[in-house]
Amino acid sequence: MQGLAGVTACSTVLASPPGHTSRPTPYAPRFFTPAEWAFLIAACDRLIPADENGPGALALDVPRFIDMQMGTPYASGAQWYMQGPFVQGPDNLGYQLPYAPRDLYRRGIAGMNAHAATRHGRPFAGLAPALQDDLLHGAENGSMIFGDMPSTVFFDQLLANVMEGAFSDPVHGGNTGLGGWTMLGFPGARADFMDWVDRYGAHYPLGSVSISGETA
Amino acid sequence: MSDDARRLHPVDVVIVGGGWAGSIMAKEMTEAGRSVVMLERGPYRSTAADGAYPASIDELEANFRYKLFQDLSKNTVTIRNNSQQTALPYRRMAAFLPGEGVGGAGLHWSGVHFRMPPDDLRLRTRVIEKYGAKFIPEGMNLQDYGVSYEELEPFFDKAEKVFGTSGEAYMVKGQVVGKGNVFSPSRSDHFPLPALKDVYTAHLFRKAAEEVGFHPYSLPAANASRQYINPYGAQMGPCNFCGYCSGYACYMYSKASPNVNILPVLRRHPLFELRAGCHVLKVELDADGRRATGVTYTDPDGRVVTQPAEMVILTAFQFHNVRLMLLSGIGRPYDPVHNEGVVGRNFVYQNVTTSNVWLDRSIDTNQYIGAGGGGVAFDDFNSENFDHGPLGFVGGSPVWVNQAGVKAIAAARSGGPPGTPRWGSAWKAGVIDTYRHSLRIDAHGANMAYRDVYLDLDPTWKDAYGQPLLRMTFDWKDNDIRMNRYVVDRIGDVAKAMGARRVNLTKREFGKPFDTRQYQTTHLGGGAVMGNDPGTSALNRYLQSWDVHNVFVIGANAFPQGTGYNPTGMVAALAYWAAHHIRTTYLSHPGPLAG
Repeated sequence: MQGLAGVTACSTVLASPPGHTSRPTPYAPRFFTPAEWAFLIAACDRLIPADENGPGALALDVPRFIDMQMGTPYASGAQWYMQGPFVQGPDNLGYQLPYAPRDLYRRGIAGMNAHAATRHGRPFAGLAPALQDDLLHGAENGSMIFGDMPSTVFFDQLLANVMEGAFSDPVHGGNTGLGGWTMLGFPGARADFMDWVDRYGAHYPLGSVSISGETA
Repeated sequence: MSDDARRLHPVDVVIVGGGWAGSIMAKEMTEAGRSVVMLERGPYRSTAADGAYPASIDELEANFRYKLFQDLSKNTVTIRNNSQQTALPYRRMAAFLPGEGVGGAGLHWSGVHFRMPPDDLRLRTRVIEKYGAKFIPEGMNLQDYGVSYEELEPFFDKAEKVFGTSGEAYMVKGQVVGKGNVFSPSRSDHFPLPALKDVYTAHLFRKAAEEVGFHPYSLPAANASRQYINPYGAQMGPCNFCGYCSGYACYMYSKASPNVNILPVLRRHPLFELRAGCHVLKVELDADGRRATGVTYTDPDGRVVTQPAEMVILTAFQFHNVRLMLLSGIGRPYDPVHNEGVVGRNFVYQNVTTSNVWLDRSIDTNQYIGAGGGGVAFDDFNSENFDHGPLGFVGGSPVWVNQAGVKAIAAARSGGPPGTPRWGSAWKAGVIDTYRHSLRIDAHGANMAYRDVYLDLDPTWKDAYGQPLLRMTFDWKDNDIRMNRYVVDRIGDVAKAMGARRVNLTKREFGKPFDTRQYQTTHLGGGAVMGNDPGTSALNRYLQSWDVHNVFVIGANAFPQGTGYNPTGMVAALAYWAAHHIRTTYLSHPGPLAG
């Protein structure tokens, strides 16, 4: 029954008219393949769904943010210690795989789609939201392994980047229209509260502002 | 290594590391007429360029891509919980965030600026006086610093004046003068600037702590509450509570940094030369290993260069100082099996847990407003301010609201109350409520030193220059866990008095090992500690190597125990203290200053 309820919810979203706030800005990914991109869009939509509390990851262009990040030195592992040997140990001693973020996405998405295909006969993006959620929960809880990569490694990477995309300055490609900041009540680059520091408990009246001067 | 290295023209003093300690020592040595070369492995940095508004206040770049922090791809540490485990590399920034670049962590710190409590400086003696020697748990290497608060006081005072520190004194020259920390010792002078205003959450915490019967005070903050010119002539602007302190170069020139408070003056001095992008490989010693002759480093073009010098002062981050001593053969490496040797001994951390309090939804806590060093604390359970006898543990925690400015990504990732999913609509509702209406209270605890917690060189992993990584063997111990749990319960009392709608008390858990994946604090300490016994300290009380007299080592590496306070104020005071004795004694009579 859960699956059916999910299908109903899904068709509601799909039936939304053009211009619905859950639609991302048109964008041609540079790193992700079409199959990977379909996964990313579907997963982002589940991780931060549009609801009564504010926009979802798609309206905030989180997939675009992640694709743009894949072109930065960070995504190639330039900021991580990547010298071998790579020895696996207890979880609390931290990440010990030889994969940079780009590799984590490549392997992780392939793994998620393979599990989706095995269990449900189609890739992740083609599944009903409830089934997508099940797979995401499974990845989060470590119930899958993608080669030598526990699913938690991929899930944590994805979730971290999704949060960054929704709530970082729009200069990085996400947080479109400052929607993430507005939802949270974060004024962004306002960064001057000399006159508000002792207005105790009061609601700050000014909207968010970005580094480029965009306001909301 | 030195055979094919280029040898440069000798200088009087070479300083390794361009942060607070290095900048202070360079300033002092040039004042004494000595030629100084300061080597910094990271890039050149200035507030004008790295703190330019608005581009610099980019949370993703600053706090999640670690723009101003250590480049782990070149050099990191390995970590394990006990000596039976294989230590594994710390591959991604998480538990602690060391700095890099000119200004060091002093460019992107928060600004909490403490003096060390007098009892902490002689903790072993004090604990034995109060509770007897048997009170000290088996395996705890509890030690004194070998220097007293009275001896350090002029240097705490000097550092506060250089940093432009804001705060309210309790006692000056033996007279009660204000509403400062009643547990703090007498001072020779007031803080140079009045305390910062309380943000709302700190204001509520102050009221509630008073109601419960504790003694709240304004955190001493190296964030200027007013325009300020320090004794060197460097200028600071008033803090506007922008909330971008930790991880950022303060665009308002309000947070003290070497880049704002010392380097603009120092860089004009003809006897001073700063070389950025220079990674020191080792301190060179003479044939019998009793005297340093200079340092060898790789320059920005990758050439190996030797800089001869009469004195070598190590002022890198805590664990880099220890590693350089081990790589250079300065002092006897620590042997945990026999509890002998000193370099790597008494490696300590800080025992911090953050609890959360949710207020009524009609109240906005405005957590994005903040100053890195600002807030309200109480010390009723810090240091020896309370009777440990019936409690049966050593150490304590200040408790505080130190709202340094919570930004959007950090808020999103910390999520909602315990039990809230990490994603989906329930996460969204939880995170919005938490960000708008909650506040954070820290128990910022001490961490004692233990015989089986130490630093040495890793047998397997190497840095980008082919040298062994430093290995940390660290875990939380029963004494420290019990201390944390006791103090966090006191937070519960305060939260209740605040009229909390919901409280999440975060306590350290028995049997849960140190987790390198979660941010804890960058306040690492010890490993090359100061003291009066060369059998248990690598440095004498003047921070001079017992073994190589023309090497001084300045940093939190000198702390025999992890303190409940933030370390920078103590590091700065120790730098001025060591510099004073170098200037008044060592320069005219080079040799051991103690022993």
